[in-house]
Amino acid sequence: MNTLDARGLSCPEPVVMIRKAMQSKENAYRIVVDNTTATENISRFVKNQGYNVVVTQENGDYVLDITK
Amino acid sequence: MSDKKERITIIIAGLVVGLLGALLVLAGNPANMGFCIACFIRDTAGALKLHSAGVVQYIRPEIIGLVLGAMIMSMVRKEFQPKGGSSPFTRFVLGFAVMVGALMFLGCPLRMVLRLAGGDLNALVALAGFVCGILGGVFFLNKGYSLGRSYKMKTLEGVAFPAVQVGLLILLVGFPTLLAFSAEGPGSLHAAVGIALGAGILAGVLAQISRLCMVGGIRDLILFKDTKLITGFVMIFAACLVGNLVLGKFNLGFAGQPVAHTAHIWNFLGMVLVGLGSVLLGGCPLRQLILAGEGNADSAVTVVGYAVGAACCHNFGLASSGNGPTANGQIAVVIGLVVCVVIGFMNSKKNA
Repeated sequence: MNTLDARGLSCPEPVVMIRKAMQSKENAYRIVVDNTTATENISRFVKNQGYNVVVTQENGDYVLDITK
Repeated sequence: MSDKKERITIIIAGLVVGLLGALLVLAGNPANMGFCIACFIRDTAGALKLHSAGVVQYIRPEIIGLVLGAMIMSMVRKEFQPKGGSSPFTRFVLGFAVMVGALMFLGCPLRMVLRLAGGDLNALVALAGFVCGILGGVFFLNKGYSLGRSYKMKTLEGVAFPAVQVGLLILLVGFPTLLAFSAEGPGSLHAAVGIALGAGILAGVLAQISRLCMVGGIRDLILFKDTKLITGFVMIFAACLVGNLVLGKFNLGFAGQPVAHTAHIWNFLGMVLVGLGSVLLGGCPLRQLILAGEGNADSAVTVVGYAVGAACCHNFGLASSGNGPTANGQIAVVIGLVVCVVIGFMNSKKNA
């Protein structure tokens, strides 16, 4: 599973990044962001695509585990 | 925040900001200008004598309130994050360009919606341009456009911009004789300091929680079919429309609208520039103020770009007036569009 690093990127780049990655139609993705806005935006996007998301906080960053 | 909660907060934020837009006019602000981030930054630049257009000089407490409201709320919610370093000077230039576009049309995206809610059909032409500009920005985002990462900064870097706002408030209240204030024109029309500041703080708090962004609404709808932010956009329009109808301030038409002109091509192109530049910046002028309040130094630099842009617009006759655009302003808008396109291409990855 690829881990994507979207820390420090402006809105909406983190969502563009996960959208591009998800074109491969895998069952699981992981993306790391550094703010709650990106966390919310990605969560909303992947749920709309029929995925589940679990968010965990790590050293001030947010790790989003996205699964089918 | 759950999806439902997010949806509710954006609806509330939109309704309150729209209603404040109507009520601030009642309290003394210029017509259809309850809030205008571009106009108010321009007025503040004038009060600080960065330009000498006598009719648009006043430190607008709404701007101060928006930044401080966002800072307080982001601290309460543990979202205050000093950061910066994502192409700051490019952001300054984009901020400058966005202001050139906004002062061609005479309003930021927020005032565009408030003007529309006041019946000003010129704002409809501008909205069409705004959408086209956003489409241009989406084109670059799909090409992998990015201004690069920001990084964590020291606390002082994050609090410096809000501290400057406190300084402006102290100047406004304590040392007004140091400043230039309009005796006539839009700059002379304003709500009482306390009301304007309170409205700004309330809007800043709600915009921080909800991530309200005028450019993000249309952008996310096009890019991701995501309707969250556009909901806020629509709610602002709806609440302000109802407010204007109740207060008898709705006046449908193109001609004779307050602080507006009817040069359709230039209203359109001005907002193409605002839409494109704002997507490249990652948010509208309102959102940049909120982010600056949350400690984002890149957004603070963007706001300084707006202020310098506004000052230059008036110093060099680029800004429109009720009489229409100027030749210099038209040239500046075209240059601004070219600059944005160059920035867009230069920051897009090949094969992204």
